[in-house]
Amino acid sequence: MKVTGAQALFMALEGEGVEIVFGIPGGAILPAYDPLIDSKIRHVLCRHEQGAGHAAEGYAWATGKVGVAMATSGPGGCNLVTALADAKMDSVPIVAITGQVPTPVVGNDAFQEADITGITMPITKHNFLVKDANELVETIRAAFHIARTGRPGPVLVDIPKDVQLQEITWRWPEEVDLPGYKPTTKGNLKQVREAVKLIMASERPVLYVGGGVIKADAAKELYRLAVDGRLPVVTTLMARGAFPDDHELALGMPGMHGNYAAVTAMQKADLLIALGARFDDRVTGQLSTFAPHAKVIHVDIDPAEIGKNRAADVPIVGDAKDVIVKLHGELKRRQDEAGGVPDRSAWLATLERWKREYPLRYEQPSDGPIKPQFAIQRLYEHAKDAIVVSGVGQHQMWASQFWRFSEPRTWINSGGLGTMGFAVPAALGAAAGRPDRRVIAIDGDGCFQMTAQELATSTTERIPVIVAIINNAYLGMVRQWQQLFYNERYSQVYLSHDVPDYVKLAEAYGAVGLRAEHPDEVDAVIEKALSVTDRSVVIDFRCDPAEMCFPMVPAGASNDDIILGPEFAKPAEDPAEAPIA
Amino acid sequence: MSLHTLSVLVEDKPGVLTRVAGLFAARGFNIDSLAVGPTHEPGLSRMTIVVNVDRKPLEQVTKQLNKLINVIKVLEHEPGEAVERELMLVKVRAEGDARARVIEIAEIFRARILDVTHRTLTIEATGAPDKLEALRELLGDFGIVELARTGRVALARGERSIRERGLRAVRQAKGA
Repeated sequence: MKVTGAQALFMALEGEGVEIVFGIPGGAILPAYDPLIDSKIRHVLCRHEQGAGHAAEGYAWATGKVGVAMATSGPGGCNLVTALADAKMDSVPIVAITGQVPTPVVGNDAFQEADITGITMPITKHNFLVKDANELVETIRAAFHIARTGRPGPVLVDIPKDVQLQEITWRWPEEVDLPGYKPTTKGNLKQVREAVKLIMASERPVLYVGGGVIKADAAKELYRLAVDGRLPVVTTLMARGAFPDDHELALGMPGMHGNYAAVTAMQKADLLIALGARFDDRVTGQLSTFAPHAKVIHVDIDPAEIGKNRAADVPIVGDAKDVIVKLHGELKRRQDEAGGVPDRSAWLATLERWKREYPLRYEQPSDGPIKPQFAIQRLYEHAKDAIVVSGVGQHQMWASQFWRFSEPRTWINSGGLGTMGFAVPAALGAAAGRPDRRVIAIDGDGCFQMTAQELATSTTERIPVIVAIINNAYLGMVRQWQQLFYNERYSQVYLSHDVPDYVKLAEAYGAVGLRAEHPDEVDAVIEKALSVTDRSVVIDFRCDPAEMCFPMVPAGASNDDIILGPEFAKPAEDPAEAPIA
Repeated sequence: MSLHTLSVLVEDKPGVLTRVAGLFAARGFNIDSLAVGPTHEPGLSRMTIVVNVDRKPLEQVTKQLNKLINVIKVLEHEPGEAVERELMLVKVRAEGDARARVIEIAEIFRARILDVTHRTLTIEATGAPDKLEALRELLGDFGIVELARTGRVALARGERSIRERGLRAVRQAKGA
């Protein structure tokens, strides 16, 4: 069968099981947008390529499938850069298809030409420039294979316009030939036995659960391991929902704004069982004083993560699900031999006491202003089964802290890159992938303004989401750092509560706009928002600008020096002593 | 920090050199020398990279190299476990009395004279890097006009090929 490169592209995407593509057409990708009309693949027309990229990410986070974004050459591809970098940092499987100027003029500074494979080399797992349509289908297959296997990540395929028009004979390659790409997925059994020896000997173990457990769809397996081994669990920002927050073994989130019990459990542990986590600086704080008494079992599918930041006593390369199943089996066997779970009642009692004595806390004055934590808690009480998406900053930390997650893939955010503006488009993508679930973006006012245009996409494509803006009139996290570490010298962080008028803006985009200015109004506004199902809703929660996010471990400080609340925060005497990074 | 020689077997695909060089730059590793050429197997090239790092970052280098899709194998040569050679071309001033002395030095180093002018000699020398270094130093007395070196290439001693050798860092990580 003779087809054009563009037709082959969509046949290949269909072959890979793609249901939905987020994108914007343009000159160099025009040929590909023609067979799209006849394809059963749905295209969601975004308003900015960054939005398309984050939407593809949100779709991938929510569904576990590969998200697809499409853009034209030059500025189209360049606008995808932030989303690709975000997906690289957070190991999100997406494939970006970009148009390129025709091969005869590649390298000639042609109109809308940018060397997008060159630009995205360090921020993709891999990328391709397809110079011959006869290689297009196998390249698409390779792109999806690379994106979804091993440690997932973004792959970009750049297709010059003449290649999209080139006529070829259709052929579907059954195999993907990548001689240099053989991810190790099966954990080594000898290492598993060594790991279980450490677990059996441990008096103060902690399961340090990272995003890899979500990626591997291993939440059920993790639950069995934790419960049968009586092993307390911390879930990182990337792993919220991998273990139910309401379980007695759940300690919450570790790290810079983590729960006291989670942070301190790691500091006092004699064994960390890291599962698909990478000892990120936001988790470890000052590395030299992190978990000083702990031996480390490090399970990761990426060998380069093992030993990168913290030496592992027992390294295990493999898929989290495979290794957790093996750890569980071996642990059960050893526990049966030993006559039961080792007695760790003192440790578990200590953890329970920390949870009780040092809970997350805030005070909501009855006469206002609205505390951000209160708005988020009320949202949770009304919409417990929602998928929650967040931007980056204080609202992200509060959302992660105060939402009580009970299942994986219900928490979506930008962890590694910390991309402001992630929430609205990612929520759109998540809602497109999970039309059966309510999707709520908990966003900051600063973040919202970076990608708010995707509300238009949500309206015209009929993909409703709820966007709850924690409007504190500030770039709040930066403000918090200036308050704590720069002598309250506020530099370029004030945004205003009123500009733009978020209710009017929502209405302009065809969404419903709601506002709560007083704590008494919060519940009613949330109920109203949840009653709307045919369009998006934006809630403007007018929140207290002065509220700070605690607990907090200042950047570069030891986790031992966790600050529990504002009354313990000492302002820096000298801004030069402000924490680095 | 110390010098380590890596042999990297790669697919001969566009951009593979950029990927390798970019990885070193992005992660702040210093390349001392880098040589690339085709192998006896069609579609495969071999890079020899001399990198100046400590042991622990070196493990990161090799692991990160292995993550590149076009990289098929990375081998770290232990000192003394590989034959290492480099080629140097050097154009040196050689007028009057100096000419005979330059030719004498070249002979001692088993270097060949490739080009002669009234004022200069162009010499080709191959050898282990320290030998070339010694030659360069001696010729420096006469005045080097210009110099080009290929960077080191290396093959492990013994019978086995790069494909038959595992990568230590990965073996360690897997705990094999």
